[in-house]
Amino acid sequence: MEWLMWFAKPENTKPLALIIFFVTFIGIVIYVYGSKKRSKQLESYRDIPFLDDQPGDQDDTKDKQ
Amino acid sequence: MAVTAYSGAEQYNFDIVKKFAVMSLVWAVIGMSVGVYIASELAWPFLNFDSPYFSFGRFRPVHTTSVIFGFGGSALFATSYYVVQRTCQTRLISDGMASFTFWGWMAIIVLADLSYMLGYTQAREYAEMEWPIDLLIEVVWVTYLILFVGTIMRRKQPHIYVANWFYLSFILATALLHTFNNLAMPIDLFSMKSYSLFAGTQDAMTQWWYGHNAVGFFLTAAFLGMMYYFVPKQAGRPIYSYRLSIVHFWALAFMYMWVGAHHLHWTALPDWTSSLAAAFSILLLMPSWGGMINGIMTLSGAWDKLRTDAVMRFMIVALSFYGMSTFEGPMMSLKEVNALSHYTDWTVGHVHSGALGWVAMISFGSLYHMIPRLWGTRIYSNKLVEAHFWLATIGIVLYIVAMWISGITQGLMWRAFDEFGNLQYSFVESVVAMMPFYAMRAIGGMFFLTGTVLMLVNMFMTIRQGKRESAVLDAGLATRMAQA
Repeated sequence: MEWLMWFAKPENTKPLALIIFFVTFIGIVIYVYGSKKRSKQLESYRDIPFLDDQPGDQDDTKDKQ
Repeated sequence: MAVTAYSGAEQYNFDIVKKFAVMSLVWAVIGMSVGVYIASELAWPFLNFDSPYFSFGRFRPVHTTSVIFGFGGSALFATSYYVVQRTCQTRLISDGMASFTFWGWMAIIVLADLSYMLGYTQAREYAEMEWPIDLLIEVVWVTYLILFVGTIMRRKQPHIYVANWFYLSFILATALLHTFNNLAMPIDLFSMKSYSLFAGTQDAMTQWWYGHNAVGFFLTAAFLGMMYYFVPKQAGRPIYSYRLSIVHFWALAFMYMWVGAHHLHWTALPDWTSSLAAAFSILLLMPSWGGMINGIMTLSGAWDKLRTDAVMRFMIVALSFYGMSTFEGPMMSLKEVNALSHYTDWTVGHVHSGALGWVAMISFGSLYHMIPRLWGTRIYSNKLVEAHFWLATIGIVLYIVAMWISGITQGLMWRAFDEFGNLQYSFVESVVAMMPFYAMRAIGGMFFLTGTVLMLVNMFMTIRQGKRESAVLDAGLATRMAQA
């Protein structure tokens, strides 16, 4: 259990946390922009706010794409 | 994507949205009136009337609590309940819990404001409420969290729209911040007074960890949730880039928590801590501007709306102020700039360019979009919306220009030395130099408040018009049914 003591030292855990966060963030960016198919799928979610339009909404959104 | 046809107001709980939307406007007028009053006290000190009940010290938290939690908080409750229902295409999981959050939140604002006027405060900025009110906030907030998460969990739409991510991060972060910043020991079970569990520098650090993240998650992330729904709806076109909105969200989520210590430059805080905070503040510029560009570019191909649609103008000006404030903030977090700006009116100007320019303007735009739809009608007067827009914009410009000049003058006067190495100006000389700018700021506030009063009147008339139209429709329907 001696190895657990390594985590008890802030000078170890702070850079570790930084690496974990940084790698995770880069992973998210790669996930988002890394595949054309996934990009298309993600961009299709842009239309969610318009899926349950009320009659009143239509009048003000004539030029909806 | 699942598409569910809208089947009438019964599908959703709009009653709670209406209540919060109306109270949001009421708190806006109350909070901004108090703001104008305390700004006037600084310009014309006789307004203190030598009474503690009228003093700046007691009214200031009444102003901040009423505008941030009363106006901003109610607008967030209203829009988050509206957006989560419409984008998840499901009703809130519990009408009772929703009603509890409304009455609980209103009680919190009223009790907090009364307690400040009676002299009770924790003296923690934006968290002045004493411990019994803090406990009530905890209960209401956890109910809000359960209600929001529960509604998302029973959604009919498989994907959770990005606006809900921003709202959820705001709810979670606020719960975390509120809990740890308010850890305190009451001096007696029947006393309002309590003392913080933290001491000295740690106490200051905890306070500003809370303070800046209240800005980051309450006043930024949550209103971005509002932006990601209402800007596309008002523009009639989807958000410019959904992928950019995802990166915007995660970048803010990863970075905001680190920056609070930039409020404590040149203090007893370890130097590396505030340097680290400054570094993350600079990094925040990129996602913030990414989000701003995403919002503004939504209008790409329909820029004419800026001329024809005053509600759209509120939203785009809000995004412009979001960009400006998120440039000014990182700049002020630099230690050398902060040495001049800290403790001066420049900070007050910066806060208000964000609060009035971004938070209030995006809220006004969203409420102008939402309120007529809630009551099934159109805006009563577009001319009043137009007048409101210009009054608000002129008010903000007067306010922040006054505070820039005043703040930089203060900073320069405080650090000016004569040839013998003594301070060149006494403190009171710097106060005298501020007086014209304090008057200018108060006048700017009056402009902004007047615009908000116009909005209240306009929305009151809109609601009345909606109710009349609905009554006429009901009467017509009843007549036809009787004839059949």
